[in-house]
Amino acid sequence: MTDGALPLIWRKFGERYDLDGNFCETCKTAYFPARTVCPKCRRKGKLVAQKMPKNGKIVSFTEVFSGPAGFENEVPYFIAIIELENKTKLLSQIVDSEKEKVKIGAKVEKVFRKISDIDPEGPIAYGYKFKIVE
Amino acid sequence: MRSVSIIGIGCTKFGEHWEKSFRQLIAEAGIEAILSAGVEGKDIEALYGGSMASGRFIGQEHIGALIADQLGLNPIAATRVENACASGGTALRSGYMAIKSGEYDVVAVGGVEKMTDVGVEQAAIALGGAGDQETELFHGASFPALYALMARAHMTEFGTTEEQMAMCSVQAHKNGMLNPKSQFHREITVEDVMRSSYIASPLKLLDCSPITDGAAAVILCETEKAKKICEQPIEIIASTQASDTLALASRKSLTEMAATKKAALDAYKQAGIEAKDIDVVELHDCFSIANILAIEGLEFFKKGKGGKAVEEGKTALNSEIPVNPSGGLKCGHPVGATGIKQAVEITEQLMGKANKRQVKDAKIGMAHNVGGSGATAIVHILRKA
Repeated sequence: MTDGALPLIWRKFGERYDLDGNFCETCKTAYFPARTVCPKCRRKGKLVAQKMPKNGKIVSFTEVFSGPAGFENEVPYFIAIIELENKTKLLSQIVDSEKEKVKIGAKVEKVFRKISDIDPEGPIAYGYKFKIVE
Repeated sequence: MRSVSIIGIGCTKFGEHWEKSFRQLIAEAGIEAILSAGVEGKDIEALYGGSMASGRFIGQEHIGALIADQLGLNPIAATRVENACASGGTALRSGYMAIKSGEYDVVAVGGVEKMTDVGVEQAAIALGGAGDQETELFHGASFPALYALMARAHMTEFGTTEEQMAMCSVQAHKNGMLNPKSQFHREITVEDVMRSSYIASPLKLLDCSPITDGAAAVILCETEKAKKICEQPIEIIASTQASDTLALASRKSLTEMAATKKAALDAYKQAGIEAKDIDVVELHDCFSIANILAIEGLEFFKKGKGGKAVEEGKTALNSEIPVNPSGGLKCGHPVGATGIKQAVEITEQLMGKANKRQVKDAKIGMAHNVGGSGATAIVHILRKA
């Protein structure tokens, strides 16, 4: 994780709390997290800030039983690739959901949660997770 | 056009080397390679050393100079290269390009990792750095989790089964039985894999490559010169590399490794051959699903047909396309060493010196090394010079 480094967490507030991404007006592609240059259009691209939709669906998922440092106490937990309503994909944890309902195609929405606190004396990392919606 | 050949090889036993240090491992492999090459230390002009996370694992960076130092090769130019799990393959390609360019005639390349000096959770963090720290590891996506996401997608899209993935591990361990340097010497069954505990569903413990200490090295030489000093040089007839987005979620497809495909197509073109001309391949099977993705990406089988091909035994030793006679990454995966070890195995195969795991009449071989969840891919094609 971050070894408790505050700037590494703080700098990312926008994209971790609000799904702040951007959009290339040239090729009409949304990016999350925001990119400095559009990889398709490069110098011809025109990127403007855009908030990602908070709803989407599960494209693939896994239940993690052996987690990296900082997540030892969280196992088992679900990790999923989620396709948002604007087709942008991201990786996130699935929480607050019945295990049987975590499946490909399931509809999800963004929630705000603690991510980890790897260092007991360091900052706590917060960010987005997703939960299943009926 | 200058050509490059392998004239010497060395590899330590793969496993848990409590008694040996990082520097001892690479020195052991390096010395073996130099001695087998029939050259002396003074003939070697430069060195490239691959290691993925020596800083995370043992607190040591700057390993280029360290390796040259330990092999008694100072003051030659010595450089570390890092490309996650493809660090070894990248070191090999760096040495290849250094000779190809005309700058040097004889170059040593090596790969090494000492992974057992830290606990499993710390090792998971070190390996997780091969993925995207900000959008994957931060959220608790371990490395097995990323491959598990690809596995689930492949199962859903093509009907690939957990049993077919298990077969990949069964075959790898069967081949590993024939490799004295393998970390494990135990045959396993599909039931063993299916009964092993989930690490990240659908991947189970026996679908995963282990934590390993080990090192490997090869000596490269310009081919005309190689023919004068070496009985049987093995020529590198293609060396290619490609990249993809670091984050899995940003890729077009979860069921195809675009970088592998690009590197493979470029390599076939460079060598003037097709996939069917490859007699033996050492490919990057860090997880059983990676084996299936690789045989599809390298075009041995059509997309979506990899699981079935493994199930039908088409990748076993002396079958349609013998995959990983060494046991592959299931016989040990000291990440930085793996890409070099693959080249060592293919060299032995083409020299006809692979003993019990020898693929009959192997004339053209391939080494395929992947970094991360597929963001880097390196392909080398070898044949007798």
